[in-house]
Amino acid sequence: MAEFLGNFTERDMRDAECLELRFSATSIPLRQRWRNNGLSADFLSDYVICFFPGEDTDSAGRREAAKSAVSYIANELLENAMKFTHAPSEYPVTIGMHLDRNQLRFYVTNSVDPEAEKDLKAMIRRLLTEDTDELFIKQLESSGEGRGSGSGLGYLTMINDYGAELAWKFEPYEGDSRVMKVTTLVKLPI
Amino acid sequence: MEIIQKDYQIRYDPHASTVICSGSFRLTGDEYASITEILNAAADAKPCELTLDVTALQFLNSSGIHTLSKFVLRVRGHNTTRVTVRGSSKYPWQHKSLVNLERLLPGLRLELE
Repeated sequence: MAEFLGNFTERDMRDAECLELRFSATSIPLRQRWRNNGLSADFLSDYVICFFPGEDTDSAGRREAAKSAVSYIANELLENAMKFTHAPSEYPVTIGMHLDRNQLRFYVTNSVDPEAEKDLKAMIRRLLTEDTDELFIKQLESSGEGRGSGSGLGYLTMINDYGAELAWKFEPYEGDSRVMKVTTLVKLPI
Repeated sequence: MEIIQKDYQIRYDPHASTVICSGSFRLTGDEYASITEILNAAADAKPCELTLDVTALQFLNSSGIHTLSKFVLRVRGHNTTRVTVRGSSKYPWQHKSLVNLERLLPGLRLELE
């Protein structure tokens, strides 16, 4: 039975343009894998600019803005997925990018440590219900004073600086009650 | 004080009261510790004016945003220094995300060339 937080749209594999990448989160140490996050994010951002043709200044500006947004969002999503995946269960991390006329949708799926699930959902509920501009400053100031870790800053930046809408789906892996599968959806207007 | 790596560089020039960050900062939270040391040294020198030059900083992940924000808050805590952040409109992320530093430190000057 799935639990949804936020306005979650299921991925539609009939979407005209979509690209999915899949990684083993545990085959090499995190530190070695970290560099691949940037490579993957840059690959996705280079791929997406094909859909922004035109040589005029406006088109070039839109293209650069889209490229920058995709690179940041994909990088953050992969960093979070790699950091928080439940390594012992060895489920892969996947990232998918779906392109509609006016929107890009990113779906990142990873396993989540049962110990961390409650805190993750609490953080998500704050993101979805509180003023995210104020929450961003509060998170920074409390971590600057040593009272917090700055958790959620990546998601807050996506919402505040890039106008993204976020949602999550929690569901069990089939036949496995050890861990939950979480899919993070980011909708980016373009 | 400086760190020079293949993908990123940071240099603090105490005579010019300037910290220059360039390249792409995609580090883990822990890896920012050595960068934080350099930023803290710049803040703790308590000059009247301090410049953070990110004109050649192509990418900054959220842990990096966090690190620069903590630097600005440290300067704010000293209450001795006026900060100028020099960036570039060539990199769209700077226009979107550096404005948050102005909110953390009223009086911070943001110049995007």
